[in-house]
Amino acid sequence: MIKNFKKQNVWFVFTPYLWLVLFFFVPLALIFKISISVSEWGMPPYRDLFSLSENGLEINSTLGNYLFIFSDPFYIRSYLNSLSLALTSTVLCLLIGYPIAFYVAKSKTSIRNILLIMLIIPFWSSFLLRVYAWKVLLQGSGIINSILIHIGLISEPISMLHNHYAVILGVVYTYLPFMILPLYGYLVKFDLNLIDASNDLGAKPLNTFVKVILPLSLPGIVAGSMLVFIPVVGEYIIPEMLGGSDKLYFGKIIWDEFFVNRDWPIASALAMSGIVILVFPIIIFQLMYAKYNFRNE
Amino acid sequence: MSEPFLQIIDVSKRFDNVVALNKVNLKIAKSEIFSLLGSSGCGKSTLLRIIAGFEKPDEGRILLDGKDITKLPPYVRPLNIMFQNYALFPHLNVTNNIQFGLKEEKISKEEINHRVNEILNLLELNGLEKRKINEISGGQQQRVALARCLVKKPKLLLLDEPLAALDKQLRVQTQFELVNLQYKLGITFIIVTHDQEEAMSLSDRMAIMKNGEILQVGNPVEIYEKPKDKYIANFIGTANIFNVLNKNNQIIIKELNYEVKNINYKENYFKCLIRPEKISVKKLENQSDNLNIGVVKEVAYLGSYTKYLIDVNGFEFYSFMQNSLVSDNLQIRWDDKVQISFNETSIYFFND
Repeated sequence: MIKNFKKQNVWFVFTPYLWLVLFFFVPLALIFKISISVSEWGMPPYRDLFSLSENGLEINSTLGNYLFIFSDPFYIRSYLNSLSLALTSTVLCLLIGYPIAFYVAKSKTSIRNILLIMLIIPFWSSFLLRVYAWKVLLQGSGIINSILIHIGLISEPISMLHNHYAVILGVVYTYLPFMILPLYGYLVKFDLNLIDASNDLGAKPLNTFVKVILPLSLPGIVAGSMLVFIPVVGEYIIPEMLGGSDKLYFGKIIWDEFFVNRDWPIASALAMSGIVILVFPIIIFQLMYAKYNFRNE
Repeated sequence: MSEPFLQIIDVSKRFDNVVALNKVNLKIAKSEIFSLLGSSGCGKSTLLRIIAGFEKPDEGRILLDGKDITKLPPYVRPLNIMFQNYALFPHLNVTNNIQFGLKEEKISKEEINHRVNEILNLLELNGLEKRKINEISGGQQQRVALARCLVKKPKLLLLDEPLAALDKQLRVQTQFELVNLQYKLGITFIIVTHDQEEAMSLSDRMAIMKNGEILQVGNPVEIYEKPKDKYIANFIGTANIFNVLNKNNQIIIKELNYEVKNINYKENYFKCLIRPEKISVKKLENQSDNLNIGVVKEVAYLGSYTKYLIDVNGFEFYSFMQNSLVSDNLQIRWDDKVQISFNETSIYFFND
């Protein structure tokens, strides 16, 4: 019985790893291979890493792609743009999402479920459609401009689309639930007596928030921020649909290198660099944070 | 009672049309241990939360030390509350939990350290200063919760089911510790509890609550010996309640068919209470005896005393007998016939 269970257990544990290897590490390795390849015309548009010729085994590998992207400020600037977009929208999502999550977590069970469904309902429609809806709302002949003109606040449509503000708006709108749901998860477990206790001990509402509620919801804040920050750095669709030429973002650059310039090695080198720059600090942070939490538990 | 320290005047509270408190009036003296006793939903916790300031009463006022505190928010009220689940801050260690409230006052660091050390000594928490809350036992958590309140030197300490989370042995020990502590510090305690034994052993006075109203206020002896009605009699301890008939000035306990010559009786009192420990039973030896005869339905030997369920003409009641007094009684078995006797002064008449 126990033996059988153990056998099942092994599969149970390894299935996610198998998934991770097949659909994350293998593709990642392929991208890495392309990133150190030499670009050439043809299909695929890069030279094989290893080839047999009259001179024997030839290795056609280069670090030139990496050197190229790090020497061109164009790429670095686009990456910084993406980081700043991710940071801005994470902060905005946190500022908007925290009160919402708190409110939902503290409302009565019957109302709470309705509020949660309202948060999740947008996920039932296509992401593209939702971003496109913003395009319709914001455009020159869109609803917002029409209303503003109608009530006489403006005489001509103002251009709200195709700039980085529209991108921030779209990103915050899209990623807000990813911030709210983990925050909600922590706040709903929060013992309301702790707030009463803090008040009773003489802490005014602001102090209670800073000294009790905030530290105890920190894991939720970290989880929510990660879920917003990381995907937004590589976000392609929202800047493409709502953004303009004022700021170029990293995701769009990778797309252009792949599909417009057909320079797969450069695009791959960009993707790899993006991952390394972003992922390593986050892994270190997560490890430190896990250690800190472990100490606190 | 001298000038009341805490006065609750006509306090009412409704939650969505459910009446939680209905015109509650209470006067509590300084340095008193006062218990609010009642089953769940009786309004005792609501009253405590109103005194603490977490809930606003719909009507009525609360005066503390002559000052109206009804409209004050909890963080300026000169009183503290110890929660049933202690509500200790899980992200802070023992010391930081205790000094949390002091840091909100404008007190120097030396003074804070001094007072924290004082309270750590008083509650024997030395050595636990740096521990996290989940690294200490339930009894220690209870003392930290108490320390966190007492370090603020409150005028009034509210305790919500202070012993409910402790196991039985620790509870008895902590009861005495609480009373000693209160005696030492002289702080007025208000304790909310549903445990009548706890209320009896802790309190100077207590209030019995039901459906948002206070039924009776008194010291434990009064409440136990002279309950105002059947509900209180049954709520505190075990009660044998009999009907009383008045036939041409003959006062008769109906179920026992026993005539009372007692002078305690007043007109229109149709019920009487005889506590089980005041009824004694004796194994019947000669049938000729004039006293009441009952049949033993159940025997529960509890060490220091034995509980007997007695049936007299189909009416059942309890008798508790100290085992030290009548060792013969250990011979009493189910279905034995027994003599019942009680002193007439232990009959308490009341009006339903």
